[in-house]
Amino acid sequence: MAKEFELNEMEFWDGNYAASQALRQAQVDVVAAYPITPSTPIVENYGAYQANGYVDGEFVMVESEHGAMSGCVGAAASGGRVATATSSQGFALMTEVLYQASGMRLPIVLTVVNRALASPLNVRGDHSDMYLGRDSGWINLDAFNSQEAYDLTLCAFRVGEHLDVRLPVMVHQDGFTTSHKAQNVNPLQDEVAYKFVGDYVPVDDMLDFSRPVTHGAQTEEDWHYEHKAKQHKALMDSRKVIDEVLEDFKELTGREYKRVETYMMEDAEVAIIALGSSVETSIFAAKQIREEEGLKVGVIAPRCFRPFPFDLIRDAIDMSANLKAVVCMDRSAPGGAMGALFNEVSAAAYTTKNRPLITNYIYGLGGRDFGVEEAKRIMREQKAHADAGHITTEIQQFSGVRGPRLGFFTTRRD
Amino acid sequence: MSKGLDGTNKRGILELGAEEKKGWDEVPQGVVLNSFDGSIDNTAFLKPEDREYSEFNSYIASVASWRVIKPVYNRDICIDCQNCWVWCPDTSIISRDKQMLGIDYDHCKGCGVCVEVCPTNPKSLLMFEEATNNDDALAGWPEKKKKAKK
Repeated sequence: MAKEFELNEMEFWDGNYAASQALRQAQVDVVAAYPITPSTPIVENYGAYQANGYVDGEFVMVESEHGAMSGCVGAAASGGRVATATSSQGFALMTEVLYQASGMRLPIVLTVVNRALASPLNVRGDHSDMYLGRDSGWINLDAFNSQEAYDLTLCAFRVGEHLDVRLPVMVHQDGFTTSHKAQNVNPLQDEVAYKFVGDYVPVDDMLDFSRPVTHGAQTEEDWHYEHKAKQHKALMDSRKVIDEVLEDFKELTGREYKRVETYMMEDAEVAIIALGSSVETSIFAAKQIREEEGLKVGVIAPRCFRPFPFDLIRDAIDMSANLKAVVCMDRSAPGGAMGALFNEVSAAAYTTKNRPLITNYIYGLGGRDFGVEEAKRIMREQKAHADAGHITTEIQQFSGVRGPRLGFFTTRRD
Repeated sequence: MSKGLDGTNKRGILELGAEEKKGWDEVPQGVVLNSFDGSIDNTAFLKPEDREYSEFNSYIASVASWRVIKPVYNRDICIDCQNCWVWCPDTSIISRDKQMLGIDYDHCKGCGVCVEVCPTNPKSLLMFEEATNNDDALAGWPEKKKKAKK
């Protein structure tokens, strides 16, 4: 039996430590992992818990991230609670197996500490890895600070393992900005946390010898499509379970999470939409600019990136009848397109009552800092669009990049 | 042709792709397929023909449609050494009580391993074009090869 870990009511944890504590408290059966910056401490801490008797499950050191996720798939198909952690290049190497995990409906929990993708090689935080996995069929939750990294990792087990869902779940946090920044965190005691997560209920497990099953079958054009349709529906329908789990978590802890977080949107004239730690920067900047300049700025933050909260994004956009302009912040090199968040938010906003002007910023690549002054400049620019009644700049721009001004496409509505 | 060799009437009865097509709401979650219908008590001790394989078990399906050459078995020469049974990668050599019965043409892919490992002279298994009639193949079976004189 695993030893209880003594925890204070308030601890001083960085995002990595918070995530590793949540994995420990969930009493994962198998962690198969390969360490990579900046998520290394999650794996390292977990190994220490295991070595010191705080974990009953197995810790498997593998030869690569492809092996890590493959080990997780095997262990999950066998019938265990399974989790791992990765970042960036490791995430990229896992990608093939991410699709296997979701298609096989295995509720693996993956804590992702977001980092840029090479080339050029870079260990700092941006959302390239998150975007790489966005079509992989996983539920994607996004933590903006250490407390949330802990809370959402616990919730991830409940969501993914729910019998109506049975899908793998990623919990993202920003590399270094969140993963290496120690903050006050209120953890649950071991017993309370485990009770919230609950015992693992195996489904179609290979270790059930009374009912032999085949996992990972091949299907061609006569079956594949139906399976993918069923999988997509499960992912879309998981919205309800995510809402329920977050509600249960609020009842237990008083900490409230929603699939889309909104801040000061009730009377907002312009809004900024972002992911990760930039959400807190944006809230801080919005409060300041409201006080200093009377500019009514709100913040919208998708807590759940997949399934994409098409419903709640529209609710957020229609929350204020005065909303005129929205800027979508994409922290990933767009590779010859508009940013993914911009595209998806624009599609949702097209069928709202407000149909605000929407522009796109690429920002913060490779860990480039996104500061309060730049956030406020962007907010003022949205106000200029709102006042003019049309987009006054290029639709896609780059924030915080050196060199001549860089932007693409202009509006045809004036 | 070989069906019934082992007394079964279920092996290879379903052509691959001929199974009943179901909608997205009916396919099993995660493409997990049952190997057997009903209880599997004692199944490990039953011969394949006595097991309750499910519709999606490959035993029921014929999965040999892409074979282009096939092994033909000659009972008159075979010494029942079981070499082919041991080596066959698709468990397509049917043998009962250490006696070779023939080829499972519903699962054999025509790899020719059985012919390679057959120790008799002439061989008791030889590869032929898929369309060749087995009786014709047997009628033209080669004679025993004599050792070359020193």
